[in-house]
Amino acid sequence: MRKTLAVGRKEFRQIARDRRSLMVLLFVPAFFLLLYGYALSFDLKDIELAVHDNDRSDASRDLVNAFIRSGYFRLTADVSSRREYEMLIDRGDVRAVLVIPPGLQRDLLTGHRVPVQVIINGDNSNTATTVMGYVLSVLQTVSAQYQAQASVRGSARPITVESRVWYNPQLRSALFLIPGLIAYIGMISSVISTSLSVVREKERGTMEQVRMAPLGTGEYIIGKTLPYFAISLATSVAIVLASMGLFGLPMNGSWILLILALSLYLAGALGLGLMISTIADSQQVAFQLAVLASFLPTMMLSGFVFPIASMPPVIQAITFVVPARYFIVALRSIVLKGADLSTFWTELAALAVYAAVMLALASRRLSRQWA
Amino acid sequence: MGVRRIWYVMWKEVIELRQDPRIFGIIFIAPVVQLAVLGYAATTDVRNVPIVVVDADRSRDSQHLISRFTGSGIFELVDVVSDERQVDRYLESGDAWMALSIPANYGKSVAAGLPATLQVVADGSDANSTNIALGYANNLLTGYAQDMVEQRRASGATTATMGGSIEPRVRVWFNPTLESRYFMLPGIFALLLLVVTSNLSSMAIVREREIGTLEQLNVTPLGRLELIVGKLLPYGIIGLIDVLIVLVVIVFWFEVPLRGSFWLLFGMSVIYLLTTLGLGLFISTISHTQQQAMMTSTFFFLIPMMYLSGFVFPIENMPDAIQPITYLIPLRYFVVILRGIFLKGVGLETLWPQALALLGWGVAILTLAYMRSSKRLA
Repeated sequence: MRKTLAVGRKEFRQIARDRRSLMVLLFVPAFFLLLYGYALSFDLKDIELAVHDNDRSDASRDLVNAFIRSGYFRLTADVSSRREYEMLIDRGDVRAVLVIPPGLQRDLLTGHRVPVQVIINGDNSNTATTVMGYVLSVLQTVSAQYQAQASVRGSARPITVESRVWYNPQLRSALFLIPGLIAYIGMISSVISTSLSVVREKERGTMEQVRMAPLGTGEYIIGKTLPYFAISLATSVAIVLASMGLFGLPMNGSWILLILALSLYLAGALGLGLMISTIADSQQVAFQLAVLASFLPTMMLSGFVFPIASMPPVIQAITFVVPARYFIVALRSIVLKGADLSTFWTELAALAVYAAVMLALASRRLSRQWA
Repeated sequence: MGVRRIWYVMWKEVIELRQDPRIFGIIFIAPVVQLAVLGYAATTDVRNVPIVVVDADRSRDSQHLISRFTGSGIFELVDVVSDERQVDRYLESGDAWMALSIPANYGKSVAAGLPATLQVVADGSDANSTNIALGYANNLLTGYAQDMVEQRRASGATTATMGGSIEPRVRVWFNPTLESRYFMLPGIFALLLLVVTSNLSSMAIVREREIGTLEQLNVTPLGRLELIVGKLLPYGIIGLIDVLIVLVVIVFWFEVPLRGSFWLLFGMSVIYLLTTLGLGLFISTISHTQQQAMMTSTFFFLIPMMYLSGFVFPIENMPDAIQPITYLIPLRYFVVILRGIFLKGVGLETLWPQALALLGWGVAILTLAYMRSSKRLA
């Protein structure tokens, strides 16, 4: 224990001496959250919409109005042929075209199911997906109104649907992006800060001195982790607080669980960094490995941006070794859902296992090198 | 500038790289593996939505309704429970994204031609996917109701008509299946290239400084430009090899159509490499240790580039105050160029502004790095 603390103190002094790195570790994460939390969004406004109205009736005008009133769409063109809207889409002038078939009003009033075509510009598939969501919800609302009118007139309506959204009733994308950002920032700063810590001693030759000291590899690894753990836990809590203050992230669960989840996650991330550091023989290799292991996978394989359920099975299997996957679920459960431990203990257990495995691997690799 | 001296610097750099030979495995194989995995992961389609059904009715009609969901190909039935209170656990743990509850008298009401109310509850913590899944669910239920009325009318059980409804037929152009892969792969390619080459070059000079060999280099008859060119060339070559390998994977493995000119793509990649190598060198000249170089490069360059380049998060969604910042990011231009060449098959006649911006960025950062390094080395 005393030895571990001694290593921790030594490492801390080294960090403190490198002012620039310390400042970066302490303040940049919070700044990132501010910048990206503000900048990033999947919510679209003023989507340019063209209308090709073949019906020119009250019903068709109502439908177009429903799109405009939704607040997501802006009517930019009223076209009268396919050729015209094709050109608009090709040039990127409009994102979506609403094509209203002839006879819309007649068919709606006689109780038919009328196909209405919407064409979406798919050159940016993310935006297109969002636009599609908005289109479906507007059409659904209008459709429901016609059915409601019909039921007032006394005809049979076999099923009504009531839908509700929990945890994020307005479906604000900020509320689901921010937990992902917190996970991302935590991961990157932990891995980046520790991945050079062991290999640097190897490269400079000070490792020999450490090896001569009466110190076990486990003590050495834990000692190396401690100061970074303290720093990253402090900045993470600051980030969470900032998200609540600035972006209206709610806190529906318990702080103790949140700190527990954060600690396990950060321990795993730091463990990964140290593991990389023990594998690499030069700082250049360590840097390369650290960035490749954390940078893109944390963003793309964690469910932060792309839903895991939609990925092919092989890729889904790979996501099980991405710790952010578990952390994001736990974080959303605690913060947005106010869930208790029974619903996400598996995620916490996975994080604990990940941290234990990474730290053990780092310590084992090191003891083989020291032997 | 002596070619021989540059050659020696290059050779020295390669020898140092070989100190840990695994670096070659990492820089050639890792990008391919990452591309392969991420290429498949990058999908915004909403499929396999896990749904839990509260069937308080357990009748033939409720079974029938459930089979509509399971047969749709969009939803995946996680469990059927009898009590509404059990839903909370599924949604809280994220095991289900959506819950459909069928009331106890559903079968009877439907048989008697009385209206029934179904309830759908969705987990909004992944707002994007939820929005779309809700649209699918509503649409499915409306279609189901409509079919029911048609059936009854056909069997003469009722003469009532249901209110008209709208059936959304959404078509997506340019990318009909909303294959995010086509859109994301060029971006991943650009980002991997940036990571590999700028990381390598950012360590190039600072390593000498940290070990103390920079002074020795200073007393040799080696010019600054020779040193820089010699240091960057090996990484430039590595970058070009990476470009070729990764392009092969994108075009032949993922079958992303390359609609534009290959040579234009290659030429643009060379210009892009100038910016990434220049960036790395610049970082190297402003850092004292490799740790600092790594932090500076990750925090001040790589992460902002990733988030603000329009690679994943659309620039047009960003607030007006942030949008101008994105013009400072070279990746932004390269991503537009890549997507243009790959997906739209356009050439320089459309892409020249981006190409020019990229070239300007590269020249500027290389000049800056050169000036900084001359001060340091003098």
